[in-house]
Amino acid sequence: MNTWDTDVLVIGGGSTGAGVAWDSALRGLHVTLVDRQDFATGTSGRFHGLLHSGGRYAVRDPGSARECASENRILRQVAADCIEDTGGLFVSTPEDDLEYADRFLAAAQAAGMEIEEVPVGVAVRDEPRLNPKIRRAFRVQDGSIDSWKMISALLRGAQDHGATVLPYHKVVQVIRRGDRVEGAVMEDQRSGEEVLVHAGCVVNAAGAWSGQVAGLAGCEVGVRPGKGVMVAINHRLARAVLNRCHLPSDGDIIVPVRTVSVIGTTDHPVADPDDTECSPAEVHQMIEAGELLVPGFKESRALRVWSGSRPLLPKTETSAGAGDREVSRSHTVLDHGARDGVEGLVTIAGGKFTTLRLMAEDTVDVVVRKLGREAECRTRTEVLPGSESHHFYWIGNRQQEAETDPPDDPLICECELVSQHDLDTVVARRPNWRLDDIRRALRVGMGPCQGGFCAFRVAGMLHQGGRYGRAEANSALREFVQERWKGVKVISWGAQARQTRLDRWIFEGVYDLEHLPE
Amino acid sequence: MTAVVWGAEAWAEVRSSLDRCIKCTVCETACPVAAVTELFPGPKTVGPQAERFRTGDHSPDLSVDYCSGCGICSRVCPQEVRIAELNSRARAELKRERGAPLRDQLVARPGLLGRAGRPVAPLFNWAMANPVIRWAGERTLGIHHKAPVPRSTTRTFSYWVGHHAGAKSARRVVYFHGCSTQWYEPHIGQKVTAILEHNGYQVVIPKQDCCGLPLQSNGLFPAARGAVTRLARQLVPGGTDDLPVISSSTSCGLMLKREAREILGADSPELRSVSQRTYDIFEFLLELHHRGELRTDFKPVPLTVAYHAPCQQQNQLIGKPALGILRLIPGLRLVELDRSCCGIAGTYGVKREKYEIAMRVGEPLFADIQAEGPDLVACDSETCRWQISAATGATSVHPLEILHRAYGGS
Repeated sequence: MNTWDTDVLVIGGGSTGAGVAWDSALRGLHVTLVDRQDFATGTSGRFHGLLHSGGRYAVRDPGSARECASENRILRQVAADCIEDTGGLFVSTPEDDLEYADRFLAAAQAAGMEIEEVPVGVAVRDEPRLNPKIRRAFRVQDGSIDSWKMISALLRGAQDHGATVLPYHKVVQVIRRGDRVEGAVMEDQRSGEEVLVHAGCVVNAAGAWSGQVAGLAGCEVGVRPGKGVMVAINHRLARAVLNRCHLPSDGDIIVPVRTVSVIGTTDHPVADPDDTECSPAEVHQMIEAGELLVPGFKESRALRVWSGSRPLLPKTETSAGAGDREVSRSHTVLDHGARDGVEGLVTIAGGKFTTLRLMAEDTVDVVVRKLGREAECRTRTEVLPGSESHHFYWIGNRQQEAETDPPDDPLICECELVSQHDLDTVVARRPNWRLDDIRRALRVGMGPCQGGFCAFRVAGMLHQGGRYGRAEANSALREFVQERWKGVKVISWGAQARQTRLDRWIFEGVYDLEHLPE
Repeated sequence: MTAVVWGAEAWAEVRSSLDRCIKCTVCETACPVAAVTELFPGPKTVGPQAERFRTGDHSPDLSVDYCSGCGICSRVCPQEVRIAELNSRARAELKRERGAPLRDQLVARPGLLGRAGRPVAPLFNWAMANPVIRWAGERTLGIHHKAPVPRSTTRTFSYWVGHHAGAKSARRVVYFHGCSTQWYEPHIGQKVTAILEHNGYQVVIPKQDCCGLPLQSNGLFPAARGAVTRLARQLVPGGTDDLPVISSSTSCGLMLKREAREILGADSPELRSVSQRTYDIFEFLLELHHRGELRTDFKPVPLTVAYHAPCQQQNQLIGKPALGILRLIPGLRLVELDRSCCGIAGTYGVKREKYEIAMRVGEPLFADIQAEGPDLVACDSETCRWQISAATGATSVHPLEILHRAYGGS
């Protein structure tokens, strides 16, 4: 069995784990990070992409609002390439209480948010699709953030500082000697091989799955997965993030992220964080709710629907055990030594994407103390790889580049403008790519055709390049297409139904996908 | 059927049509420009595809400027994506950000050139035929030295109107003649008037300015909006709100019928009213014929005429009504040229950087004309006629000139 020693073993390759890896590596610790799947496949890769200004928490959760406002500013400095500076609007629709707007403004100012009330006419002029019947409008520093890009930058940064990161490595055993956790055994989900990592400290950053991981060490973490459903709309309906100015509820935010608008979200407790089922009722609820912000919303083309599980912590959990440090209501670092008498294990639970850096800082503060390797956190100022120029991501970038792509570098994904060169560059980065990993890295298959025109090209090119055998290419294609269709099943009406029909003709009629040789 | 919306709502409707694209690529195979140059990546690419990457504050792509605006993509799209309209908007955004060259400002204002040329028409025409001057024009302005330009005339159409004692009738129509008839081809307007009067109509010809189409196709939207709303006011003489408005210029007719609303997002009460009463001259005559009201006292016209339906006429979605009328004329041998575009697309093909592209686009059409060797080429659009004549040497006429001859005109 392949075995090595590391200072910190991070379990979970979502935003939290990637943040912890980056923070630890910058403080000079050796880090190994593992995930049971590809990185950013859990909650982080399944959110709406909002970089919070704090507005959504201003009234109900001022602590979180303050955190968001300040982390938002930091991330803009250190991760510009992952962020689009869309700005945001909170608007009082005809159904929203105007008195709330006053409370909102006061709370936002108290939380240190940059906020400005704008005349309704100005808001509607800037956002032509916005409901003209809105009564008040506030401009805030919302943005959108690309979770895949962000997590990939954090991991790349960590690797540049010596970290080892392993996707598709599932923890099968936590090594515990007496009251001490000393490492874990991981199984490669692709090859079946096992690796053993001895660690000075294990950080459970499994988010909604952290209860399961803690269980392997004989500890309990009462995380409550809260499922949220989101729908992506085919194009941007607004330049800025549009929020209803009321107590946050279902379907009251539309985020322009990359080429789409995402409407979110719901919140239902689920027993299993892997429960990603989206019911037609939830989707319709979302789409109907969009009408209040953008009249005609329901006539827009819904591209895809998905859900993610928030890692919510009940109040009891945050105050359990002496020595636990309640950082805020939003996230909590659980030191299992103080809490359960199990040393060498720290769980970071709760929290949200926008505060990932702070979560990591708070976690690693505990870790370095335990390891006796105290060092200052550097993530407030250290710029992530790719963001050195401090230019925010701009949606037009890729289109601008595509203009100058040489003719021998054809587009393979026309919806998201991915060229053959892009594909070659990404697949050279590591062995064993699944088509779905390439999708997250390049957005192949995420546009209007949902893989109809690009999936077979990518599979074919990977086969041609010798990365896939024939049977492997065929099954990869089949698996990918099935997964894509899962996300369009409940929204198959209108334009997307036509697209699905055409895609089926291509895959079943032209390629006879079901009967390709294994 | 949903209600027709105007102004900003009309644009929202056009923009959302990108949602209907299923990437079937029919438009790319039909686009005559993408077929001949790599400078234009194709209607799907710069249309519904690129639109998802545009946020309205900064244009990411320049290649959309190579769209000729022929509109074939929108016509062939089985999903009714308004591709050409999206492209037009994107080009206007580009011009708004970067400014339009003097050349575009100039060719977008036919009235300006017409006014300048008229008092010195012989000199103007000599200059336009002079290779040295044309070379200089290419170097300084960017107007290709071989590009077709119209011949100026000393007597405008409105001069003729002022001296024309029109027939009175209870059946009246408004004639929207357009700039070309006014400044370059007044005989077209005279023949339209004669044909309509022959059929018992009183032709009301109000003073009128440009419809703004060349401004629009050059991406100068604010000026174009101003022009078309002013024209709409001019086309309701005496507050008339029920007379048919007859157009003999296909692209200008299309402007009133659809493009003012769908591309410019223009809106005014007069425009709404005029838009739904605008007819192409042959559309109007064919309707008369279907009602049994068209006079068919035709003399034989023993000619071979090759007919080309221009894009902007095809985009009116009225079929090819000129064929329906010309077929009634005895002795006429009518050949339908089944080609898509002559390449000129208004002012596109006169530009230095686009001239060669336009000529390649028109190549199949020119080859058919040369193979056929007709006595005349008939085409409803003025710029297409100029392009066809310049490229093939054939004499090209408006089909109504043949009808006029069949009615005994000269």
